[in-house]
Amino acid sequence: MNENAPARSSVVLVIDDEIQIRRLLRLTLEGAGYKVFDAATGQDGLTEAAQRRPDAVILDLGLPDMDGLQVLKRLREWSRVPVLVLSVRDGEEDVIAALDHGADDYMTKPFSAGELLARLRTAQRHSLKGEEMKVFRSNQLEVDLVARVVKVNGTEVRLSATEYSLLRLLVQHAGKVLTHRQIMREVWGPNAVEQTHYLRVYMSHLREKLEIDPAQAKLFITEPGVGYRLAEH
Amino acid sequence: MSDADRPNPDALLRSIQREETASTRGKLKVFLGMAPGVGKTYAMLEAAQRELKAGRDVVIGYVETHGRKETDSLTQGLPLIPRRSIDHRGIVLTELDLDATLARRPQLALVDELAHTNANGSRHPKRYQDVLELLDAGIDVFTTLNVQHVESRAEIVREVTGATIHETVPDSVLDQAEIELVDLPPGELLQRLAAGKVYVPDRAQAATQNFFRNGNLTALRELALRVAAEHVGQNVRDYLQARQIAGPWKTGQRLLVAISPSPLSESMSRWTRRLADNLQAPWLAVYVDRGRPLSEEEQARLQKNLTLARELGAEVVTTTDQDVVRALLRIARQHNVTQIVVGKPAGWRALDLLRGGSMLSRLIRESGGIDVYCVRAESTEVSPHPVQFSRISSSSPRQYWSALGVVAMATGFNLILAQWTGYHALSLFYLLGVVGLGLFVGRGAVLLGAASSALLWNFLFVPPRFTFHIASLHDALMCGVLFVVALAMGQLTARIRAQQAAEREREERATALYLLTRELAEAKDLAQLLSVVVRQLGNTFHAEAALLLPENDGREPLTPYPFSTFDVTEKEESVATWAYKNRKPAGRDTDTLPSSQALYLPLLTSTGCVGVVGLKPRSANRWSLQERNLLDNFIRQIALVIDRQRLSDAEQEAKLIAESERLGKALLNSVSHELRTPIAAITTAATSLADLSTDVTTQLRRGLIDEVVEASQRLNRLVGNLLDITRLESGHVKPKMEWCDAGDLIQVSLQRTAHQLRQHRVSSKVEARLPLVRMDFVLMEQALNNLLSNAAVHTPVGTAIEISARVDGPELVLSVADNGRGLPAEGAERIFDKFFRGPGAPTGGSGLGLSIVKGFVEAQGGKISARNREQGGAEFVIRLPVGQPPPVADEASPEMS
Repeated sequence: MNENAPARSSVVLVIDDEIQIRRLLRLTLEGAGYKVFDAATGQDGLTEAAQRRPDAVILDLGLPDMDGLQVLKRLREWSRVPVLVLSVRDGEEDVIAALDHGADDYMTKPFSAGELLARLRTAQRHSLKGEEMKVFRSNQLEVDLVARVVKVNGTEVRLSATEYSLLRLLVQHAGKVLTHRQIMREVWGPNAVEQTHYLRVYMSHLREKLEIDPAQAKLFITEPGVGYRLAEH
Repeated sequence: MSDADRPNPDALLRSIQREETASTRGKLKVFLGMAPGVGKTYAMLEAAQRELKAGRDVVIGYVETHGRKETDSLTQGLPLIPRRSIDHRGIVLTELDLDATLARRPQLALVDELAHTNANGSRHPKRYQDVLELLDAGIDVFTTLNVQHVESRAEIVREVTGATIHETVPDSVLDQAEIELVDLPPGELLQRLAAGKVYVPDRAQAATQNFFRNGNLTALRELALRVAAEHVGQNVRDYLQARQIAGPWKTGQRLLVAISPSPLSESMSRWTRRLADNLQAPWLAVYVDRGRPLSEEEQARLQKNLTLARELGAEVVTTTDQDVVRALLRIARQHNVTQIVVGKPAGWRALDLLRGGSMLSRLIRESGGIDVYCVRAESTEVSPHPVQFSRISSSSPRQYWSALGVVAMATGFNLILAQWTGYHALSLFYLLGVVGLGLFVGRGAVLLGAASSALLWNFLFVPPRFTFHIASLHDALMCGVLFVVALAMGQLTARIRAQQAAEREREERATALYLLTRELAEAKDLAQLLSVVVRQLGNTFHAEAALLLPENDGREPLTPYPFSTFDVTEKEESVATWAYKNRKPAGRDTDTLPSSQALYLPLLTSTGCVGVVGLKPRSANRWSLQERNLLDNFIRQIALVIDRQRLSDAEQEAKLIAESERLGKALLNSVSHELRTPIAAITTAATSLADLSTDVTTQLRRGLIDEVVEASQRLNRLVGNLLDITRLESGHVKPKMEWCDAGDLIQVSLQRTAHQLRQHRVSSKVEARLPLVRMDFVLMEQALNNLLSNAAVHTPVGTAIEISARVDGPELVLSVADNGRGLPAEGAERIFDKFFRGPGAPTGGSGLGLSIVKGFVEAQGGKISARNREQGGAEFVIRLPVGQPPPVADEASPEMS
């Protein structure tokens, strides 16, 4: 589990009203070398976030005192700290809303510890990233963002302009979930956010061109009801 | 016990009713006086002050003190309910505010002048009706009344004093009341009058002086004393009879009075009421409908006569028969009547001889043991003359012209025929013409035809011709007989026609009722039933119909039925509400709020009132008596059917509740088992892990951990299913339809269920170039997950599961096929039901999975079916409409710029 350890002793703030979840997260995160603070309410969570200056926040959307989305919005007024949202159901409206309002990723309960740590790392890395990535490599895929060259297993693949801009967006946020709305806005512009069928068509183009077996996609992961994610490994 | 000793059932009933209503109904106390000025109001206020001192809640609803100081002082301490002002053609009148009094709910209300007529625009035309409503609401009432206003005495008062009394109070109101006589010797009253202590309106000065004469006052005083005494007597007798205390009463006396549209019926009703009072006997008022059409005026008078009889306390019976005597005697025998009251015939009628004696003598002859009173009908101002006249002349001017036309034709024909035949035969053609007329025109026109025929025959054909002179006796007889026979034949045919018309009308009524009954029986639910009611009422009574039904079993106010054919305004709705609450007709043609546009009839059943029917006639005509009877039948029928429908709806609802209880129980059973098993597994595995010593193999440790994970996932699935079914049941599933990629869907679903399917050989077959299909990705994935997990649970380890997607015509077909035992032979059609589990199904399912699939698929406009495959195993097929996906602009150049 060495590779799961954070680069330095990061501080994680857990905001969840369930003591059992807080306890379990604390055990898991401390086991992975994080320093953990927790809060049971949204208000306490915001106070803790201001005081402890955490490196990442794990936020449950169902809180007793205020809406998790509300906590996220207040937090985002002054902080860019990576936020991982916890929810209980796939494709829930408030998960999508949270992602659209600046949450970095989400997980559906119940989740495995390994996955949680991986997501946390990805979120942190994106926020720490100082300079722009020049080349992305993952399994068979190689994308040179400067030269605009895409290769699968060393062979160059020709993409249309839209396919490339979709791929570039996913590569820039590799490992992170992007909502349909976020992708549509970035690739097709703010007027097209409801035309998600474009996205489905181009996503299947990308899969056909870049996946080894398009029927068992390993690179372009569908997050049901939410969006897509480009696998990092 | 001898027959005579037996308690009179009527008295018993009356006594019981009085006791029953005594607890809920208010008590009425009437301060009865012989004339204005005897101090009734004063006595009433004194009594009220006593009640106030006794701690009762007394209010003044309406008291007129006419500014007398002594009387005014007695109103002190009594709260006053402000009167209602009604603007009547510029004159502001004040009346008792009934609603305010009802809302105030005092224990006792004072309402002066019981016989008062309310101003137009009040709820009831008469104040005593206001008082009755207060009593119904459980409020005691003190009131005042002069004896001349008692309905059954009005006639006598008129005879004694010469003054016609217009404002009367029905005796039935007094029957319920306690009467306190306010007596003053006439001499003293006259002194008070002279001293100006009696309030007299200026305009009535002259009349009053005539009224307040010593002789008059003495007679009125005696009348008042008698009313009070009789009243007390009746109460005592009822009491004695009810408790079987021997007393000097007659048994089983029962009176019957024959009512007709004649104005004389009114006084006959009053006479019978007095006789009935003296005999302590109940009485019936009977109207025999001879099938003869009544003029509008007669209808109105008949209604009035019957209403009066009812108000005087009679039981009103109407029947249809050609023969009045036969009908009267039939009713009399049915009701054990001992005395029949009929009016004295106005004069001798020639036709009576033909009918086997006058009606009266036949009645006397055939009545057997029943006494017959023949009463001189006291004449009223209405002259009987128009009745006779209108009966004969029920022909239109057009009919007279056609009568003359027919006679002219017969004459022309005869003039030609006269050349060949003798004049005697010609008379027969005139006769033929008149008989023919009888078939088409009324009696008056027939009479004209007969007369003109006889005259013309005489003038034109009987020698000496062209004179009215008749030479031979033979011819004179011939002429006379021609006239009489023509008239008789004409009358006969006209009467047969009238009877036919009446018969037809009766038949129409019967048919209408039959149609209503049949259609009501055919109606499947309440809504359909109500639409039948509205339509049939409208058709049969030429009226706009509205139905008002209480919401929520009468706890909510009445709501107009949406398909009513006229809009019930808010004001009209209050009329309907009154009819509903008081269970009496209200509105047009009734005593309550008669200025309303429509008539409102409560739908009464044995258990209560199920609603109100409103009828707004399309013309200004009043309904005839027959129509009202038919309407009553309609209403009774409708009430019964609505009541029955309500009951069956309630039964249906009870069944539904039972069904949902059954489901609830099944859920509880299933959930308790399905929840406990994984929880048990987790608890056992986790506690074992905790207790394990450190030297145990990692393999065992790994196994226990796997059990925990497995059980948790099973729990998670179960909870997910429960949540989904709850969302479906509560209608919270709102599919978010988007254009989705079916291949992607299958991939996601396979990944999601990979762990469960790890012991099966899974293959997926997705048709190339599938179009985008509109669906809710998350719901559809859940449906596929459930199908796959269902297949994993129900098929042996190692068998193949195939998932495929293809396009079949306008539909996307998603199929999950397995190689297990297939669907159960029994209950294959029930597999999508909640909590259905195939016989011998392995554990691990809640019985909810497939019903969720069905719910989700159907919510997206899709269909699901299941079948056994030929090669063995089951196949579940989801079909979704493909539709026309929006175009996606293809980029000409594949190269990035």
